[in-house]
Amino acid sequence: MLSFALPLATGMFALALLLNAWRLLRGPAMPDRILALDTLYVNSLALLILIGIRQDSTAYFEAALLISLLGFVSTVVLARFLARGDILR
Amino acid sequence: MSTDAMPMWLDLALSALVLLGASFALIGSVGLARLSQFFTRMHGPTKATTLGVGCVLVASSLWFSGRGEGVSLHELLVACFLFLTAPISAHMMARAALTLSPRHRPPLPGRGAQHASTDHSSQARHDQDP
Repeated sequence: MLSFALPLATGMFALALLLNAWRLLRGPAMPDRILALDTLYVNSLALLILIGIRQDSTAYFEAALLISLLGFVSTVVLARFLARGDILR
Repeated sequence: MSTDAMPMWLDLALSALVLLGASFALIGSVGLARLSQFFTRMHGPTKATTLGVGCVLVASSLWFSGRGEGVSLHELLVACFLFLTAPISAHMMARAALTLSPRHRPPLPGRGAQHASTDHSSQARHDQDP
């Protein structure tokens, strides 16, 4: 059952990544692009976790943790730069 | 561990969690791509996608706990971190969008409509203050 569910879920996440990339390239304003980047890193994190289940390896978990930390920081910094025009004051 | 060595209920639970999580993430991304305005587009990724990734992380935690090497709780750490940070980043993005286009800011409650424009400007100036 899982050998059927894992490739299907991987394909659905790949489709989600394509939709996010489309919004990232098209997005009319800068907040849309930041939102698309935020969704892109969350979806790629889930894709890494799925690959870790599939290959039965815990090495992908550290990559997912790093992506979640750096993605949050980059989203907050980008949004703050848009709102204030400055990162540190 | 091969798929054959797993008990039946674990196989079913893992498949259901993975498929549910992928469906939620796909629905959130479709909402991001298809909805019309930024403030409506924000609902899909910040709620549905976070829930979907949480489902996938719980499935991974179950899978690595079922290998007989003890309980694996690392993935729940990532899930907690995501569930804590998704509202914060959504709030920051909404604030950035409101600052860029102040006409989307709703009028303050309990005031007349004729004072709305002056309220907007004072509110915008208040946002510039540290």
